[in-house]
Amino acid sequence: MYEKRTLVTNNKDWVLIWLYIIIALIGLVCIFSVEYKVDDDFFKSIIGFKKNYSKQFIYLIVCFVLATFILLMDSKFFTATPNLLYVFGILLMMATFVVGKAVNGSRSWIPLGFMNLQPVETCKIFTALALAKYLSRPETDFTKTKAQLTASGICFLPVLFSLLQNETGLALVYFTFLLPMYREGFPPVYLILGASLGILLVVTLLFPTFQLIIALSAIALITSYFLRKKIKREKAILVVIASAWALSTLFVGVAVPFIFKHVFQKYQADRIFSMVGRDNPFVEQNTGSISPTAQIEKTNKADKENYNVKQSKIAIGSGGVFGKGFLKGTQTQGDFVPEQHTDFIFTSLGENFGFVGCTFLMLLYLGLLLRIVFIAERQRSTFTRVYAYSVAAIIFFHVAINICMTIGLAPVIGITLPLMSYGGSSLFTFTILIFILVRLDADRQMVLR
Amino acid sequence: MPVYNESRKNIIRLIFIALFVIIIIRLFTLQVITSKYKILAEDQGMFRKVVYPDRGIIYDRKKNAILQNTNISDLMVTPNKLKGIDTMELCKILDIDTLQFKKKIIELIIKYGRSRPAVFEALLSEEKMAKLNESLYKFAPAFYLQERSVRSFPFDAAANVLGYTAEVDTNFLKKHPGEGYVAGDYAGMTGLERTYEKILMGQRGIEYWKRDNKNRLTERLEKGTYDTTAIAGQNLFTSIDIELQQLGEKLMQNKLGSIVAIDPRTGGILAMVSAPTYHPNYLTGSERRKRFSELFLNPALPLLNRTVSATYSPGSTFKTLQALIGLHESVITTDTRFSCSGAFYGCGSGRPMKCLDFGTFDLRNAITISDNTYFANVMQRVINNPKYPDIDSALTHWDQYMYGFGLGHRLGVDVPSEKTGNIPTPAYFNKVYGKGKWNFCNFRSVSIGQGEVDVTPLQVANEMAYIANKGWYYIPHVVDSIEGGDHFDLLNKYHKKIRPTFIPDSIFEAVHDGMQGVVDRGTGAGAKIKDIVICGKTGTVENYYRGVKQQNHSFFCGFAPRDNPRIAIMCVVENSGHFGGTYAAPIVGLMIEKYLKDSITDKARLDRLDQLTKLNLMPPRIFIELRKQDSMRHSKDSAYLFAKGYIKSIRDTVGIDEDQIDKEELEKAKKDKSDNDKPEKDTLIKQNAILLNDKKNNHLADSIKGKRQH
Repeated sequence: MYEKRTLVTNNKDWVLIWLYIIIALIGLVCIFSVEYKVDDDFFKSIIGFKKNYSKQFIYLIVCFVLATFILLMDSKFFTATPNLLYVFGILLMMATFVVGKAVNGSRSWIPLGFMNLQPVETCKIFTALALAKYLSRPETDFTKTKAQLTASGICFLPVLFSLLQNETGLALVYFTFLLPMYREGFPPVYLILGASLGILLVVTLLFPTFQLIIALSAIALITSYFLRKKIKREKAILVVIASAWALSTLFVGVAVPFIFKHVFQKYQADRIFSMVGRDNPFVEQNTGSISPTAQIEKTNKADKENYNVKQSKIAIGSGGVFGKGFLKGTQTQGDFVPEQHTDFIFTSLGENFGFVGCTFLMLLYLGLLLRIVFIAERQRSTFTRVYAYSVAAIIFFHVAINICMTIGLAPVIGITLPLMSYGGSSLFTFTILIFILVRLDADRQMVLR
Repeated sequence: MPVYNESRKNIIRLIFIALFVIIIIRLFTLQVITSKYKILAEDQGMFRKVVYPDRGIIYDRKKNAILQNTNISDLMVTPNKLKGIDTMELCKILDIDTLQFKKKIIELIIKYGRSRPAVFEALLSEEKMAKLNESLYKFAPAFYLQERSVRSFPFDAAANVLGYTAEVDTNFLKKHPGEGYVAGDYAGMTGLERTYEKILMGQRGIEYWKRDNKNRLTERLEKGTYDTTAIAGQNLFTSIDIELQQLGEKLMQNKLGSIVAIDPRTGGILAMVSAPTYHPNYLTGSERRKRFSELFLNPALPLLNRTVSATYSPGSTFKTLQALIGLHESVITTDTRFSCSGAFYGCGSGRPMKCLDFGTFDLRNAITISDNTYFANVMQRVINNPKYPDIDSALTHWDQYMYGFGLGHRLGVDVPSEKTGNIPTPAYFNKVYGKGKWNFCNFRSVSIGQGEVDVTPLQVANEMAYIANKGWYYIPHVVDSIEGGDHFDLLNKYHKKIRPTFIPDSIFEAVHDGMQGVVDRGTGAGAKIKDIVICGKTGTVENYYRGVKQQNHSFFCGFAPRDNPRIAIMCVVENSGHFGGTYAAPIVGLMIEKYLKDSITDKARLDRLDQLTKLNLMPPRIFIELRKQDSMRHSKDSAYLFAKGYIKSIRDTVGIDEDQIDKEELEKAKKDKSDNDKPEKDTLIKQNAILLNDKKNNHLADSIKGKRQH
């Protein structure tokens, strides 16, 4: 037993590792297809490290080293240091206010010379570990409100700093920690409330009000039909359904239009709608007191985001069933989709490999997530389980939001596609997240605290 | 670790799966069901680049290219590469100042963006080209030259026949849907360029290119697998004799009028001169727009092809046809004599039609000296022939002959904007005078080619071909054959011999005798050439412009040689004054000599040629109008002219829809008739020869009084 433990490869979850490798390689291929031009000298640019795909290739090699290093570490290190690391992470985020570098309008980057570090990204790892550590403490009773509040505090402290750095998108990621907390006994009401509010908001943006009200009424009727026996026994359920229906209808039909018409300025409303690639349906209102130049500026920004989503939809939609073929995508080759190698990398896959390619990738991601859930559930220690669920939640949020925003189902918030998007910061974060899990899982026979 | 929470893992799994299913459904609708995005992607990511083939070349009968292509360059600029260029020097070459330069660049950036090449100056003149070629390396890569194929006329002649190409306008696009034209294309607007557009334009090629987000073309799609190559336009072989054409244009300098020469054996048009004309190369370069509007506004109407678009009373040239009808109807014989005692009294003594040469004449002599009385009598006998029940059927019968001779309808020549001319019909007189209320005397002047009869110069030349051939003709045409075959069956109708009524050769011989006499000893002696027997007929045509009597038109038509005629020709010199023999006959003589003898060498003849060339017969009203225009242009800008309706609208086509105008006139004539129902029954409608603007102001009630016909 002892000799075996010394081997790096032993007792590791190879399914997870292979899924990781395949997705990362698909990402590399996609980045290559975005950047490659016919007249490029392939070998020269690979060796020159001038191109994004050659850089990404280097990052992958670094990831390999990083992963090996993590696997060689003792898993007790991760259970011993979370609090320290968490504090370190918070300090890093504070440091951005001093030495931060502005990229795309948010001062959330720390220049390290060879690369830029985004503490909000890395802090996800520390938060996950800290949450796991807190919940796995023997003295924590998660049924108590105090413990629930503390756990929430751990999760949402980084959000505060993130918002201060003007990184709304990344701040939202931390809300996914609700998922592991829910698994550990957090009351589901908060999860349901949060999720349904989010979904309602998004669908209100996406669909006309009238259709939504019909859909909501239909859902209410169908639910009460299925619950008719329970309702007979307890009338209160009907009241709950009715009030839920009334509330959501009010929200969709009155509150949202009211907010868009009277609370927001026109440019703000335009911009929110442009994030999902739609034109503002509530246009009939006066433009308020904003100065014309500022308005033009804001509208331009809205137009730009609108343009992004439209181009992204065109690229994916034109892929068809089997796609246009590798390096044959006219939209990708013509640089029509902005930020295609980072946030919109999925469009390149969609155009080149079509519905089949997209579905394949989606299944890979789903496989990754379900594998992590499977790993989580086979643990003896709460620490690893909570950590595993945290990893799953983070990856899930990133994948879902990123792909939804490329196909116009979610607003454009700068969130990367895990393992696919170009960029060291994002890639390293997910590598570390996943390989710590692999390392912890290798010791699943032990009860780690 | 509370155990009851374990079931929550399934809820989490469910959440994962549910969202992924939603995403996959959305992807399915985006990628598989909706086709909108594929179209959008093609629109912006692909570019159908149209490759323009060379237009077909047009040759004359001796295989000289008279219309071909040359390359002129456009100066192209890519604004974002402009840094570090010596603008001053470039501006000097292009003859603009730096302010204009900046303005132009900004315009281009707004229109096409910074990174797309755009035309800085189109169709550079040769001079600028030479200067630029030397120093272009200094302005590269922001500036470069792009060659473009442009039409060129090596002989700088036959502008009215060959026509010009111009950018298509929205009207054109509406009229030609589905023929592959897009805005910015060039198409033939007049002349052969228009008639044979389908053949000359060739087949366009299409190259599919990938396009990037800045609208730059990056590479061929699939390395050109879907491309189609451009096929050059087919060449046309015409019957035009370019030297004869040039001579004709030279002779008609400073005159209004036209010459049409036809090879009677084939119907091929040898020369088609409309004067004044313009230098066709004028309308190809960068100055095209400016020059076009100059030409368009010129009161002498250089853009009008008078040979087919102007109509005149045929005057005495009409008598040859009257003779044919008279003889064929047997109302006269060649020996029938009428005497002229000063006028034609067949319609009473009220308003006699004068004749000049007193005496008694048979048919041949009557043609030779162009006796009015004789032909008034002939037509009177035809119309009042007891063979026909009433005057309606008699005139209808007479009309049938005239239609057969090619008058009163479009011949179908392959030069566009042909007019019908006019042959008076019973229906017309019934409308004007009322049924049964008219007789021969109402239109007796028709008998000598005045009044209600109108012809185009082409019709007159064709009628000569008909007489020369003794009873048949081919529809006159310019294009003989198309290189590579006539795929649109455009030439079929020109290969059918047309023999309207069978008239025996003996009748034609008599008319030929008379016409030979015209040149040998009659009114057309000016056309005489040594060693060649010419048959001809003069005409002196009275005409009115805005109701004011103008100088007579001088007509001459004929054919030569008498045996085996090789050329049928007509010439009209508008408002020249004097008689048909004075100007038109010698012009025709020189043309025939040039064509039959291939050159004019005789000293005396060359002097005559020179003298005729220098002769200026431009009517004074043209100069007056030119002066008026000039002074207006000086005082006010063209906006003023537009406001005043002086310039109606400058369109790139000079097609005249004369049918509509005719109808208008008819309506007006009717009104006039009811308005002033005077006892003077021979109030006539006089169509003027030309002039678009005056069509509406046409004075409709010009009576013809004393006629002097020659």
